[in-house]
Amino acid sequence: MTSPNDTSASIQATGAAGVDAASQSKQRRLAWRSTLQAIGMLPVLIILGVVFELMSGRFMSFQNLSIVMQQASINTVLAAGMTFVILTGGIDLSVGSILAAAAMVAILGSLIPDWGMLGIPAALLAGLGFGLLNGALIAFAKLPPFIVTLGSLTAVRGVARLLGGDTTQFNPQLPFAFIGNGTLFGLPWLVWIAFAVVIISWFILRRTVLGVHIYAVGGNPDAARLTGIKVWAVLLFVYAFSGLAAGLGGVMSAARLFAANGLQLGQSYELDAIAAVILGGTSFVGGIGSIWGTLIGALIIAILTNGLILVGVSDIWQFIIKGLVIIGAVALDRYRLKGSART
Amino acid sequence: MTGSTPILEMKDISKTFPGVKALTNVSLTIYPGEIHALMGENGAGKSTLMKILSGAYQADPGGEIRINGQHVTIDGPLAARQHGISIIYQELSLAPNLTVAENMLLGREHTSGPMVDRRSMEKACQDVLGRLGVHFRATTKVSELSMAERQLVEIARALIANSRILVMDEPTTSLSSRETEVLFTLVRQLRAEGLAIIYISHRMAEIYELADRVSVLRDGSYVGTLVADEISAERLVQMMVGRDLSSFYKKEHDAHQSRGPVLFEVRNMGDGLRVRDCSLQLHEGEVLGIAGLVGAGRTELARLIYGADPRASGEILLQGKRLSINAPEDAIASGVVYLTEDRKHLGLFLDLTVRENVNVNVLGRDARMGGVLNLKSAKERAAAAIKALAIRVAGDGVLVGSLSGGNQQKVLLSRLLETKPKVLILDEPTRGVDIGAKSEIYRLIDNLARNGVGVIVISSELPEIVGICDRVLVMREGRIEGEVGGTGHPPVTQENIISIATGVREAAE
Repeated sequence: MTSPNDTSASIQATGAAGVDAASQSKQRRLAWRSTLQAIGMLPVLIILGVVFELMSGRFMSFQNLSIVMQQASINTVLAAGMTFVILTGGIDLSVGSILAAAAMVAILGSLIPDWGMLGIPAALLAGLGFGLLNGALIAFAKLPPFIVTLGSLTAVRGVARLLGGDTTQFNPQLPFAFIGNGTLFGLPWLVWIAFAVVIISWFILRRTVLGVHIYAVGGNPDAARLTGIKVWAVLLFVYAFSGLAAGLGGVMSAARLFAANGLQLGQSYELDAIAAVILGGTSFVGGIGSIWGTLIGALIIAILTNGLILVGVSDIWQFIIKGLVIIGAVALDRYRLKGSART
Repeated sequence: MTGSTPILEMKDISKTFPGVKALTNVSLTIYPGEIHALMGENGAGKSTLMKILSGAYQADPGGEIRINGQHVTIDGPLAARQHGISIIYQELSLAPNLTVAENMLLGREHTSGPMVDRRSMEKACQDVLGRLGVHFRATTKVSELSMAERQLVEIARALIANSRILVMDEPTTSLSSRETEVLFTLVRQLRAEGLAIIYISHRMAEIYELADRVSVLRDGSYVGTLVADEISAERLVQMMVGRDLSSFYKKEHDAHQSRGPVLFEVRNMGDGLRVRDCSLQLHEGEVLGIAGLVGAGRTELARLIYGADPRASGEILLQGKRLSINAPEDAIASGVVYLTEDRKHLGLFLDLTVRENVNVNVLGRDARMGGVLNLKSAKERAAAAIKALAIRVAGDGVLVGSLSGGNQQKVLLSRLLETKPKVLILDEPTRGVDIGAKSEIYRLIDNLARNGVGVIVISSELPEIVGICDRVLVMREGRIEGEVGGTGHPPVTQENIISIATGVREAAE
């Protein structure tokens, strides 16, 4: 009851100087807020690294960091595609299943005598095809993304099992095995690929017309339509891109394992991808977010898995701790941004 | 009537919103058993006054509300209900998935112990429905009822709450003439039962037929009250319009001497529902106004022209050539652009920067290698727009959401201007904009017309329409009902516009 009176009294007392100071501090707060938004979850990433180094003494070695990045690579690729989708306010639950189907296509393709490398484009096309199907149902039939991709999560899983005759398919002489196990300039190929996908994603989102349209559609779909943006084309693109990324994930996964299993491969990968995007600060309703945030989110998830193993935490507790860290980190993020927005 | 105690007295009611005084010392006295019409232009303060009565807004200190001579404080919808006040809004507030009885007693369910007593609820409601003489039952789902029947449910809800004061806000907007007759009979029956009815309407014919007295508001002030035999269209229009033409409507383009050839033509445009058979011609360098009351179909017509909504009929010609506009992108490509009346929800991307918002329509045109952003030209365009329209912003990287209403509107306008349009349709171009930005927007419109652009201005502010337009089409109930300002038509005055918009001219003929 008394606080409004107190405030007005103090404003009267300090006069114009007080108003100036208030507007300055408001500007400072705005600047501080945008800095916080830019660095996002980076502090969490660094703190986790330091904690695991202190606890295990082995975390910060080049070899281990290389392993962490390799473990993060497939999820990073899936999460990059997921970032596009979530930026439009959608969701893609089918990436794990598409990855399994694409990996199966890659292995089957690699078995063609002399033309084994065809497995790679075949798998990418398979991923792209499933993504386009998702996108068409969402953009033209106007079905909700959650429902469409929930359906394809199940249906594409079935396709993956069908392709492999419901058994594990092997190819010990995989022609593109180097992708999964070789290195280039000392870093695994998988890491280079993931990094390339991140760079391409950044370029599309920040340096092309399409990128602006993606943010526009996510931020205000009605305004986007009235502005003359072809909303259907944007939606078709993001789901196709997510499918393509999942197809690439399938190639990476097949190359790493020399095998694919339609039933088990890629189970619940979509959840890790979504977690990475959300950890990276992308808004679930669309329109706000960045690919760099997603990269940091994917690295946080990989560090957690790797670090908890190094420290010797049991498998069961790893699940519990990972889940809590994801919720805690996002809660912290929300609280921090809200706190600085409050005036 | 004057002998009895007023059931409701509102005295010296004022309401200040940040930056706007919506009501200034308005007084209103209502007697039991009367139908009291409340009239005024859009924005005259009728809705604000009724929202104060219903507890949705709080009046500024200093005013007083008395019910049956007792001073009361209405600090919320619940208090309004306890004092016997019910309001039936234009947008009905029923839950369509519930039954009539559930809606009528929402929040006041009959219970026996912890259980809802459906039977008792339905019986109580059926009694009231019987009194109203309606055909549907208390157990009917509201979703199965027509708009007219839903309105009756709203009235029944007011009756079951024992309301003594009933406010009806444009109740006939969505009714057919037969349904309107049924409603009128009912309203007269309620009057006979001693209820006081405050009836808000723009339709002159309804006022003649129903009202015992009419009070008029203008610009947030009380103008006066007429009793039934004093009511005449001319007097009401005069009271509603008043005189206040300020000088900041600058018109330097002179369309009457230099009116160019027909630039743009719309023929028989309609959506089969809210817009019917609208045709118009726009000349080069002309500012054409579209006036009409809220709900007359002005925005709907503009959206049809722009390709934002599906058409049932109509064709569009630009410089004599037929355009095929099926989506907004087609309209923009042909040089026809539309400024929405709702910039926050339908116009701007609040999470994007000023630069991106200004450039979003021309990104593709400026792009290199088939889609790579041309950051340099985007920056130049943004800088030029900020300078040309005097947009007050720290830089082009600022998020649009953080700007004031006037500056946001200028950003949206510059987006449209970047496409070099031939025809500009502006829907409420100065809504929620401060006086300074307003006069800048008027100057911009004037400049565009001088350069040969055809401008269509839709506005609910009559002084604005009269001040900046060369010719005005007046819409009523989805049709273009008349024209002022053109050759062979009456001159552009507020009186002429309002008499067409409210149907006085029809009634007079």
